[in-house]
Amino acid sequence: MKLKQLLQLIDGTALTPYDENQEFNYVFASDLMSDVLALVQKDSDQTVLVTGLCNAQSLRTADMLDIGTVLYVRDKHVSDEDLQLAESMELTLLATRCTMYETCGLLYGHGLKPVEKA
Amino acid sequence: MSLFHQDYQVQREDYANAGRVSSSIKSVLKQMGLNPNVLRNIAVACYEAEINMIIHSEGGEIELNIAEDGLLSIHFNDHGPGISDLEKAMSPGWSTASEKAREFGFGAGMGLPNIKRVSDEFDIETSPQGTRLMIGFRIQP
Repeated sequence: MKLKQLLQLIDGTALTPYDENQEFNYVFASDLMSDVLALVQKDSDQTVLVTGLCNAQSLRTADMLDIGTVLYVRDKHVSDEDLQLAESMELTLLATRCTMYETCGLLYGHGLKPVEKA
Repeated sequence: MSLFHQDYQVQREDYANAGRVSSSIKSVLKQMGLNPNVLRNIAVACYEAEINMIIHSEGGEIELNIAEDGLLSIHFNDHGPGISDLEKAMSPGWSTASEKAREFGFGAGMGLPNIKRVSDEFDIETSPQGTRLMIGFRIQP
């Protein structure tokens, strides 16, 4: 799925510069960053991290794993500091008004897969 | 003989800067051209260990070292109070993290098991005076 299609699906917005043709195949959704660090082991460049944890730690977790895109659910407010941090890491930040459940349901229903466990 | 050595400081409960040392180490190693999969494992282990120091310890030092024989090691030496039950801390799901730590997305009890899983070498000693963790990765000499 291309980023443009993903944004349409969840009625989302991009908070940082983005490439609408970027392709995704996997989603991992969690507010527990240790779970993200434990379970996203490959294809991280094709993975979207869906989370309600709207702070620097979700950005740093994504950066450590080379996950390029973080999607915040429930229209969370992102601070200017975190936006700057995301841009310095060249992360794409997305936001949606949908809940975590709705977001995951929409993405799963349109073909995005869970991360593969090693 | 060391090919590269760098020291970093970590302060107790410095949540605002949590992960900065790991980001810095990842950036340094990326410039050296490390294999991306190895680099990701190093970054994950380093980040978990740095977060542990911030959440659980009185602060301490992180030392990055690359030896001539190709062993990249990172030492995390804190100033206490030590891990009360190391065997339990190595079990997934056991945690003594504060509510504050959980607000930041940590404290799921996965830290040490994650670190051990992605490291080639893992050694830990703990006492009330402090915890000394060494993680090692085999990289090209």
